[in-house]
Amino acid sequence: MQFDKPATTNPIDQLKVVGKPVHRIDGELKTTGRAMYAYEWHDPGLRYAYGYPVGSAFAKGQITSIDSAAAKKAPGVLGVVTTLDVGDLQKGKLNTAKLFGGSEIQHYHQAVAVVVAETFEQARAAAALIRVDYVREKGAFDLKAAMTNAETPDPSTEPESSAGDFRAAFAAAPVAIDAEYTTPDQSHAMMEPHASIAAWNGDEVTVWTSSQMIDWWRSDLAITLGMDKEKVHLMSPFIGGGFGGKLFLRVDAVLAAFAAKAIGRPVKVALPRPMISNNTTHRPATVQRIRIGAERDGKITAIAHESWSGDLRGGGPETAVMQTRLLYAGENRMTAMKLATLDLPEGNAMRAPGEAPGLMALEIAVDEMAEKLGMDPIEFRIKNDTQVDPENPERPFSHRDLIGCLKLGAEQFGWDQRARPATRREGNWMIGMGVAAAFRNNLVMPSGARVRLDQDGVVTVETDMTDIGTGSYTIIAQTAAEMMGVGVDKVAVQLGDSRFPVSAGSGGQFGANSATSGVYAACVKLRDAVASKLGFNSADVVFENGEVRSGNRAVALAEAAGHGGLVGEDTIEWGDLTETHQQSTFGGHFVEVGVDIATGETRIRRMLAVCAAGRILNPITARSQVIGAMTMGAGGALSEELAVDTRHGFFVNHDLAGYEVPVHADIPRQQVIFMDETDPYSSPMKAKGVGELGLCGVSAAIANAIYNATGVRVRDYPITLDKLIGDLPDVA
Amino acid sequence: MRAFTYERAPTVDAAAKAAAGNPEAKFIAGGTNLLDLMKLEIEKPSHLIDVNGLGLDTIEKTPEGGVRIGALVRNTDLAADETVRRDYALLSRALVAGASGQLRNKATTAGNLLQRTRCPYFYDPNQPCNKRQPGSGCSAIGGVTRQLGVVGVSDACIATHPSDMAVAMRALDAVVETVKPDGAERAIPIADFHRLPGDTPHIETALEQGEFITGVVLPAPVGGKQIYRKVRDRASYAFALVSIAAVIQPDGQGRVAVGGLAHKPWRVEAAESELPKGARAMASALLADSRPTEQNKFKISLTERTLGAVLSEAKG
Ligand SMILES: Cc1cc2nc3c(=O)[nH]c(=O)nc-3n(C[C@H](O)[C@H](O)[C@H](O)COP(=O)(O)OP(=O)(O)OC[C@H]3O[C@@H](n4cnc5c(N)ncnc54)[C@H](O)[C@@H]3O)c2cc1C
Ligand code: SF4
Repeated sequence: MQFDKPATTNPIDQLKVVGKPVHRIDGELKTTGRAMYAYEWHDPGLRYAYGYPVGSAFAKGQITSIDSAAAKKAPGVLGVVTTLDVGDLQKGKLNTAKLFGGSEIQHYHQAVAVVVAETFEQARAAAALIRVDYVREKGAFDLKAAMTNAETPDPSTEPESSAGDFRAAFAAAPVAIDAEYTTPDQSHAMMEPHASIAAWNGDEVTVWTSSQMIDWWRSDLAITLGMDKEKVHLMSPFIGGGFGGKLFLRVDAVLAAFAAKAIGRPVKVALPRPMISNNTTHRPATVQRIRIGAERDGKITAIAHESWSGDLRGGGPETAVMQTRLLYAGENRMTAMKLATLDLPEGNAMRAPGEAPGLMALEIAVDEMAEKLGMDPIEFRIKNDTQVDPENPERPFSHRDLIGCLKLGAEQFGWDQRARPATRREGNWMIGMGVAAAFRNNLVMPSGARVRLDQDGVVTVETDMTDIGTGSYTIIAQTAAEMMGVGVDKVAVQLGDSRFPVSAGSGGQFGANSATSGVYAACVKLRDAVASKLGFNSADVVFENGEVRSGNRAVALAEAAGHGGLVGEDTIEWGDLTETHQQSTFGGHFVEVGVDIATGETRIRRMLAVCAAGRILNPITARSQVIGAMTMGAGGALSEELAVDTRHGFFVNHDLAGYEVPVHADIPRQQVIFMDETDPYSSPMKAKGVGELGLCGVSAAIANAIYNATGVRVRDYPITLDKLIGDLPDVA
Repeated sequence: MRAFTYERAPTVDAAAKAAAGNPEAKFIAGGTNLLDLMKLEIEKPSHLIDVNGLGLDTIEKTPEGGVRIGALVRNTDLAADETVRRDYALLSRALVAGASGQLRNKATTAGNLLQRTRCPYFYDPNQPCNKRQPGSGCSAIGGVTRQLGVVGVSDACIATHPSDMAVAMRALDAVVETVKPDGAERAIPIADFHRLPGDTPHIETALEQGEFITGVVLPAPVGGKQIYRKVRDRASYAFALVSIAAVIQPDGQGRVAVGGLAHKPWRVEAAESELPKGARAMASALLADSRPTEQNKFKISLTERTLGAVLSEAKG
């Protein structure tokens, strides 16, 4: 199905199932431990062996030799495969760092070997016996030092944009700010580690893994193994979180495949937690400079956002300036990204790449500007709202209700109670409120599905879509139920199998909208098949209560399917509506914090997000996405930072004791409100993404609340107490 | 993790003897620290002596009016004990500020005292570390040091002792009771129990090879306001940046031990005469010989400020 005109009324608009608070259909499997995650997959007919990876002990250089003799002799060991054994491998198309193979080391904890044994414990013990000789090379590990050599990245990343004459307008602006902000490297820190099992059958391999994008992994695994993609079968039915860390092929799948081949048995490989931050990808650190100039009445006349980030050679920039091209009006503007070469592990997408760190900076800058103007920050944002793409004013937003989010949020949160900076106290707590706009583009991806109707009237959806904890199973079931006129209990959903039609996958908050649209398209085909089998005119057919009706004829779906059943399969493809119209999602984040006047510890007291993200397919799963994202934003604001050892080139705090994500005690009352809206330009579902929107702006709202509480402006994340106490009032 | 042999010790004497005969043996109590370190091969015992069957899990009154806490009393039980909560509230508060409920259910009194540092370089076997591998060098110095020590540090090691419980015990003048493999019993004042790193940071306590902790004795209650204030980046489940264990008497005199600053709970008895003069005087006496790094020098003012808050709370 080609989606190239705004959606009109369609069966989804009935909203009998879609839009309802349906509990996760996979919830019981998960809470009872029956959902099989990659590493737990167990076929009683297979004799699994265990592979344990060995990571490089240095960041950059060449391996000269690997001694695995002792490991091979260790108890239970079945085999060792080293990076030298397999030689240079072709890299996956979507990988920047090579995952395995050859003597070159590009980053710390790059996989250099896998040791396979009868038990996990034997493999781990033997892995410690591997000796690697190497020649280290000097590397660049410090973004601030490398910034001076940073270059404009590849034009395909659209590194620069401008409109009007920024320089002149900024110089002429009566009120202006010019400030630098930094965001640190961050780790996805998902609950389930990267894990895979590989089993060969002749020249074909089946891999159970934890992947957000089945087809990307399948293609890149085939490339890396030098085999035909058709001979790779990938399964990833349940995923314990990804946040972008499982978008691209990871080494656990590669090691499992080599190890299984070497010993002739299925092999399980999981990345040990301390290896994850340096072996896999991370969100790159940024240095950002923002300049805003305005008239005294608050109208922005000039706005510029520049960002520097680093990556391995061949990598890309953290696109932190993108939202600034679209979020606020202003005739004179420029954005620019610069990329430095760093020999740290690969930087890549993490939940809301670009916008998350970009808004961490921009939304502080906007708060600073409002204060300088003596304006309320909400009023300032409203004044500079735009209904068109400010760089290309002929392009309208498909639907934009940032103002609605901010106004409703202000009212619900009690924004009028906000005091002047550093004036509100409760005992030892300095109390402050902060606000930030949320903004994230609505991306769409082609997405296919196959829908079967059987003789029991059961509708089965098959697509290689993934559910990374987001609720894909449930909203896909709701979509099929709505389309076929049955209850969710009559729908079975099968995901994450490369034998199914290729879907959008989970990433970029495109999953829910794109994948359900693919299911919608397949259901349209199935409805046609049902109608034509019954000789109904498909235009006036109604699917309702397990029946299909036309005029005064009604046939049960089960009967219509008959013995052979019926199938509909299709892929949603997208026309140019994303070019003619700017499609984005919006929100307002409101936060109240307390800062301990003595210690500078910040504790969040309450949070509210108001989101405008098109039709909400399921308010329960959507809310879970948003509160999870708000929690991630709290970590980003207050504690999360991969600490770089700039001498040796690695992230030092590479476990969950050192990399502090929020715990329950950090998260207070969180409230989420969804605006009641639809966006017909977005898809037949009229929905948009929400999973990343919830993160965009949260950290800045917290930073602004800290400023309001203390009068201290911190521009370097995370805002830990050491950055505050020097400026807090004397208490001794 | 290396393969190891395992036995359950039937008596304290047997436990100490088993350890004496094998320098590669270790006792295992709750296992919450030892097992993690074994998985990373930071600890490589070839033999484990499980001491969980030895009893030593009661809290009893001593004739001197104090309490004797068995080595195997779990942190949860110790924190919840009625006598401890009433007479040694400081200890109870310190315990519940540490780790998580699940860990405290397993963690024992002796194991907590002997938990090892959280220096991130100590935890990465690829990195040189004098504590893990004597003589290999200290990777932390000149590296990421925000969490590390500011006082009592050496050129060989700047790690801190991460325990909360031990900080409270230091302020309460606890005494650690032990049995040596030859059956000799010792009572080690907590001030002498943990050592500064010097040039032997791998030697962390006064214990000898095979010496077994049987319990910890607290002297008679000292009254006063007992405050444990732990400062950290997140609200729970994080090690202290700085923690203050204070016992403040109505006349302003008192005792203060500080966690997060040094290789041992940091207390300078001589500095305590400054206490009535206020936090600034006290902190500068406590930290007179501090040698912070650029990344952790904030701990100096944080100590002073936190102490200030504690002293006002004690007054209020
Ligand atoms: C994620 C995490 C967070 C934590 N957070 C905190 C925190 O915030 N604050 C805090 O204070 N602690 C914290 N801890 C540490 C925790 O308190 C310790 O792991 C625990 O107290 C150790 O006790 P255990 O009985 O499990 O010791 P074990 O692991 O069994 O033993 C530790 C050491 O003591 C030795 N040992 C044990 N018993 C005896 C004995 N009777 N005689 C001689 N030697 C003995 C063992 O041989 C071993 O060397 C945390 C731990 C973890 C894993
Ligand atoms: S500070 Fe101590 S524990 Fe840390 S690396 Fe140096 S020697 Fe090892």
